[in-house]
Amino acid sequence: MPESLLYGTEVVLNGLMAGVLYALVALGFVLIYKASGIFNYAQGVLSLFAAMTLVGIMNGQIPFAHLINAALGTEIHHFGWHINALVAILLTMVVMVGVAWCVQRFVFRHLIGQEPIILFMATIGLAYFLEGLGDIMWGSDIKKLDVGLPQGGSLWIEENTQWLGFGNENFYGFFLDRLDLIATVIAALLVIALVAVSQYTKHGRAMRAVADDHQAALSVGISLNFIWVFVWSIAGFVALVAGIIWGAKSGVQFSLSLIALKALPVLMLGGFTSIPGAIIGGLIIGVGEKLFEFTVGPLVGGATENWFAYVLALIFLVFRPQGLMGEKIIERV
Amino acid sequence: MLQVAQPQETLLEVNNIEVIYNHVILVLKGVSLSVPKGGITALLGGNGAGKTTTLKAISGLLKSERGEVTKGTITYQGKNLIGADPAGIVRSGVIQVMEGRHCFEHLTVEENLLTGAYTQAGAKQIADDLEMVYNYFPRLKERRRSQAGYTSGGEQQMVAIGRALMSRPEMILLDEPSMGLAPQLVEQIFEIVKSVNENEGVTFLLAEQNTSVALRYAHSGYILESGRVVMDGLAADLRENPDVKEFYLGMSDDGRKSFRDVRSYRRRKRWLA
Ligand SMILES: Nc1ncnc2c1ncn2[C@@H]1O[C@H](COP(=O)(O)OP(=O)(O)OP(=O)(O)O)[C@@H](O)[C@H]1O
Ligand SMILES: [Mg+2]
Repeated sequence: MPESLLYGTEVVLNGLMAGVLYALVALGFVLIYKASGIFNYAQGVLSLFAAMTLVGIMNGQIPFAHLINAALGTEIHHFGWHINALVAILLTMVVMVGVAWCVQRFVFRHLIGQEPIILFMATIGLAYFLEGLGDIMWGSDIKKLDVGLPQGGSLWIEENTQWLGFGNENFYGFFLDRLDLIATVIAALLVIALVAVSQYTKHGRAMRAVADDHQAALSVGISLNFIWVFVWSIAGFVALVAGIIWGAKSGVQFSLSLIALKALPVLMLGGFTSIPGAIIGGLIIGVGEKLFEFTVGPLVGGATENWFAYVLALIFLVFRPQGLMGEKIIERV
Repeated sequence: MLQVAQPQETLLEVNNIEVIYNHVILVLKGVSLSVPKGGITALLGGNGAGKTTTLKAISGLLKSERGEVTKGTITYQGKNLIGADPAGIVRSGVIQVMEGRHCFEHLTVEENLLTGAYTQAGAKQIADDLEMVYNYFPRLKERRRSQAGYTSGGEQQMVAIGRALMSRPEMILLDEPSMGLAPQLVEQIFEIVKSVNENEGVTFLLAEQNTSVALRYAHSGYILESGRVVMDGLAADLRENPDVKEFYLGMSDDGRKSFRDVRSYRRRKRWLA
């Protein structure tokens, strides 16, 4: 095989892996948007908050320690235990469901029937609130997150793909990061699970029903409050998984909340209301930006990954405002 | 047409309710109804008379439209319904089929029907109920996999009624089933309503502008005009009533009356009562 094709393949594989993650983050947006018409600006901060909480719980940190110490003059910081990663993840999930409940109970319940722009502003407020809450609860320092995911390149894959070079001595086999691989598998499983829940379970069906027609959903006995807590919990779960993966890569710090920015072009491309759109959009953007960087990047001085996705999405938007697979607005006479 | 013995037990009692929208617009000005168990009761009246508002007051859907019952009582089987949440009301056996059908457009016909069973448990029971609905509406079985948004108006009305049946209701509040349907289809829908009423024992409170069809299928009826009940009685009697004939059945010799005549009719009505 010619070298460029081999490298191209490697680039595509890496792009697909990034794409699955983008798809996952985008799905968090899509679910909330579909069920409640809310574009959740806080999705990224939700990831940050989840990751901070996870680290805090694993390290046995006492929440609000600074506040408590300042108020009571104590010097407490840690419970003095370390919690197993899996248990900590479960506990964090409980916290995220709690967050979902509070968000619904104290914010959106009071905003039912308001304009989308009002709901959007509320999520901006929520984003900053959660950011502040995370800092106050767990401290604003950069934290290391190690839940035992493997790091580094996969030797196994490298060795087992070397033959593809057919004697080309410059080719050592595909280089794929093990964390990326694991992340891809986890994200793919989660995406499949989310689709299955939304497509085949009673509450998933109810969620889609609410998305179609609030009034009719109420009329058959679906509780909007319950469904909204349900979707915010799912969004919290997605945020947690994304937070774990990103956090394991580059530490838990403010920039983690920017992963949401990676999902935006995916949404523009795939449509804000389409689950398959988010998946396909994620993959297209993941592969597209890597390939673009690989082929055109060197000619224009690189760093195209920062803007390529947005430009691609913009072009799509102009020609197909509802996105690649956004739900067609059904109009019948 | 239906000279059945008057059903005895009262299932739903609406007593002198007032409804206000947005805290200011008074829409119902003291409406009272009593719906006998096992019957079909028609709620008649023109545009804006308050039929839909009355049904929503019963089903609890008023709240989500910024409407509020400010006076009077609604009791279903002796239980108060005012202030109850819609899901609870569905669980207790009262479900509304909304005006304009309100299908879930992006769900398939079958998924629509299944959302009707949201308050129900037990896969076997739900599967049986689905078969029951398909028996009443064979057309829906053929179209089970189609997206509801792409089915015809008649099919959507069937979906809406079938979906309500999936909740195993004791009583269905059916709002304007004839809206926008060809006469033949209207007849077909009403035939099905009649057989559901007879075979499943479901009580119907039926809001309709189409007075003539409604009075043919209903056992008794109420006539609403700008938020008040102006007349009520057995369907057979209402059909023969000269005022009803004139104003709602369009059987007057000199065509539709002007607004002034309607006012004089009101006066006459009060005098009659
Ligand atoms: N959400 C609302 N806010 C304010 N006013 C409303 C609202 N819904 C209905 N109304 C008003 O209440 C009155 C009664 O409306 P309602 O829908 O109950 O009438 P209806 O008898 O069902 O009429 P139609 O046969 O046209 O459906 C109308 O004057 C209408 O404008
Ligand atoms: Mg109406």
